[in-house]
Amino acid sequence: MTHPSDTGSAPVLALRDVSKSFGAVRALRDVSLELFPGEVHALAGENGAGKSTLIKTLAGVHRPDAGQVLLDGAPVVFHGPGDARDAGIAVIYQEPTLFPDLSIAENIFMGRQPRRALGRIDHKATHAATAELMLRLGVELDPGRPARGLSIADQQIVEIAKALSFDARVLIMDEPTAALTGSEVARLFGVVRTLREQGAAVLFVSHRLEEIFRICERVTTLRDGAWIAGEPLEGMTEDDLVRRMVGRDLDELYPKQEVTPGETALSVRRLTREGVFTDVSFEVRRGEIVALAGLVGAGRTEVARAVFGVDRWDAGEVEVDGKPLVNGAPSTAMAAGLALVPEDRRAQGLVMDMSIERNIGLTGLRTTVKGGFVDRGAERSRSLDWAVKLQVKYARIADTVATLSGGNQQKVVLAKWLATGPKVLIVDEPTRGIDVGTKAEVHRLLSQLAADGVAVLMISSDLPEVLGMADRVLVMHEGRLTAEIARADATEETVMAAATGRAAA
Amino acid sequence: MADTSLTRAVRWDTVVGALLVVVLLLSFGFVDGFGNALNLSFLIGNTLPIALIALPMTLLVVSGEIDLSVASTAGLSGAVMGALWNQGMTIETIIPICLLLGVVCGLVNGLLVTRLGLPSLAVTIGTMAAYRGIAQIVLGSDAVTDFPAQYLDFAAGRIDGTFVPYAFLPFLVLLAVAVLALHAMPFGRSLFAIGASEEAARFAGIRVKRQKLILFTLTGLMSALTGVFWALHYASARYDNATGLELSVVAAVLLGGIDFDGGKGTLGGAIAGVFLLGALQNVMSLRDVSAQSQIVVTGVLLVLSVLGPRVARQVSLARAGRRAATAPPSKTPAPTP
Repeated sequence: MTHPSDTGSAPVLALRDVSKSFGAVRALRDVSLELFPGEVHALAGENGAGKSTLIKTLAGVHRPDAGQVLLDGAPVVFHGPGDARDAGIAVIYQEPTLFPDLSIAENIFMGRQPRRALGRIDHKATHAATAELMLRLGVELDPGRPARGLSIADQQIVEIAKALSFDARVLIMDEPTAALTGSEVARLFGVVRTLREQGAAVLFVSHRLEEIFRICERVTTLRDGAWIAGEPLEGMTEDDLVRRMVGRDLDELYPKQEVTPGETALSVRRLTREGVFTDVSFEVRRGEIVALAGLVGAGRTEVARAVFGVDRWDAGEVEVDGKPLVNGAPSTAMAAGLALVPEDRRAQGLVMDMSIERNIGLTGLRTTVKGGFVDRGAERSRSLDWAVKLQVKYARIADTVATLSGGNQQKVVLAKWLATGPKVLIVDEPTRGIDVGTKAEVHRLLSQLAADGVAVLMISSDLPEVLGMADRVLVMHEGRLTAEIARADATEETVMAAATGRAAA
Repeated sequence: MADTSLTRAVRWDTVVGALLVVVLLLSFGFVDGFGNALNLSFLIGNTLPIALIALPMTLLVVSGEIDLSVASTAGLSGAVMGALWNQGMTIETIIPICLLLGVVCGLVNGLLVTRLGLPSLAVTIGTMAAYRGIAQIVLGSDAVTDFPAQYLDFAAGRIDGTFVPYAFLPFLVLLAVAVLALHAMPFGRSLFAIGASEEAARFAGIRVKRQKLILFTLTGLMSALTGVFWALHYASARYDNATGLELSVVAAVLLGGIDFDGGKGTLGGAIAGVFLLGALQNVMSLRDVSAQSQIVVTGVLLVLSVLGPRVARQVSLARAGRRAATAPPSKTPAPTP
């Protein structure tokens, strides 16, 4: 692949020696970046490396303290996001915010719909323009369909179409794949390739290294606000990239220990929740890590919720250590030794306004009690113990969890549940949206827990994680368990085939 | 051991406590007739109904719910008390019946909210009207006044040589129980979690519906108790007893820094809010401010009390924002704790 600059084209957007400080902290130091038309450029770095600040600088949210933003080679100053948008720069965020009750077409042309006489909105023209945008993206979405109920993947497509309608030449995609399944990622990448062919410059941010290698030509790496490298990806390995990101060799990302499975700890039999999942049966034994794979919407999270008791099931039974659980009662599931680290850590895993100490303490309200009162000393030491064991990075244990980074928040959720000493641990997307260093830590932790005899059920849409960590892979498709694949036989192909319903169980 | 978000900013409940002290001092100094024992006992006696209901109301608002039917429950309890007394029942039988009735009223609210998933604001506006209507059906426009003297004396009298009403002592016991329940027991912890994030609380194994049902039931019970106290204290059981009391209770609780959205506040703050409101109402009465104008003042206070903590938080957030600007945007420094 030839580098675009070799062919003589100039960068459409560039940063030259940009620095940005917030108070005493330098979020960016002398960072440079060049985006060429027809190129997908990766931005790599751990959480806190300065990626967000860089994106916000390009998008006109922040103004650099020093250095320049260059548009078509000429220095520009963006006074706000509007300026950047007018210059053809669009940012697609991980979780788009559309108006749910408006149609796709109305969302795209919000506030600037084509008009007919007397200022009436020309719905026909709006729809036609939207259909044309979809055609350009090679995606089939009905312009008249309301945004409510669209998957996150489809919502991103709408945002991209909106960016195109503004004649965007630079698309910045901030972790667009974090909440997408394999096939959705493939479709998104198809769209990105189309945009590239049409001459757009794309800045792509992802924690998933294999995606960077799949779609990008060049990569700029940041660490602690400093520019580390800007280089072609050709010839690089994932290890090379990780080394640049973390500044050292990373311990293995999937440190799976070999464990001989013990007795059955979790047994799910013929579990059914009408219209959601049907006849799901499986077992997880002590010492095992069992992955539950499948597309988003296949019913994996719903099974976990029902097993834990947050939702009720309509038929079937769940046993922990041979004792049946009560339907729809998380407190009894907890007492039986079940723990669930939920999918959405901000809404379900944590009370964001509460302190680290109190959040971890929430699972101990029945146990850290003395004479009917909360034993505050025991609560604090229990929280401190686990926060230290999991190496949560925080200033004070009494700080609210909202002040922590995503990876550290996830560690607090894990701490909160490990503190209950679970026999069965269900983790739902345990490493979504957290940086590669923390991800390796979480994997090591899961592996260690299994070695200590905990039965681990891991729901994950991250295939390398599934293949790297699981002893067995269960695959769900449209509410049913369609395959059980042993570690030795599990490959991307076998898992994806089962997940998309192409293979018989 | 309070949350740091509170200790860093000026705590609103401390502000209200200080405000209460200031208002009391100013009243002692500048309001004629405020400082004498009789007036002080009036102040406390008239404020007790608000204070009694404020106890469960605080817990309820902390958990993100509200009960506007409290005054009607109190009215119904008083009306039933009057009607049964007219039937010739003994007061010792009547009072447990009234309290049981309060439990039923609270249970109805709680079941409608937790089983049917209806918003408590709507449910309790409905039952506010319904309970008051039943009270009128039960007692009509009668006023029952001839309750046994020793009960009237207890409810209206004060401890010899002091300005402290007898009834204040059992209130202090209930206050202590409520403070411990909210701030020192697992039950209270779970209420803060429910109020701050009901979903996260559910995922932490907290029995959200059960806790809420308990709270609504307790609120009904305390409202009925207040209704009994009211009828005895003013020696008058009428169907319209305690009309509008819910406004005072909610205003006082919010004034005391309990966040209307749930999850924040202290019972100490709420009780300071109650007596601040009580003191203001007392002073206004001494200055011959009409009852209607007093309601206006209460309403304005209600709005201010929702606004006040919010402004305070915005100010402290802005300050924290400036501080946060001196910290890295996402990565926290890594001290070894």
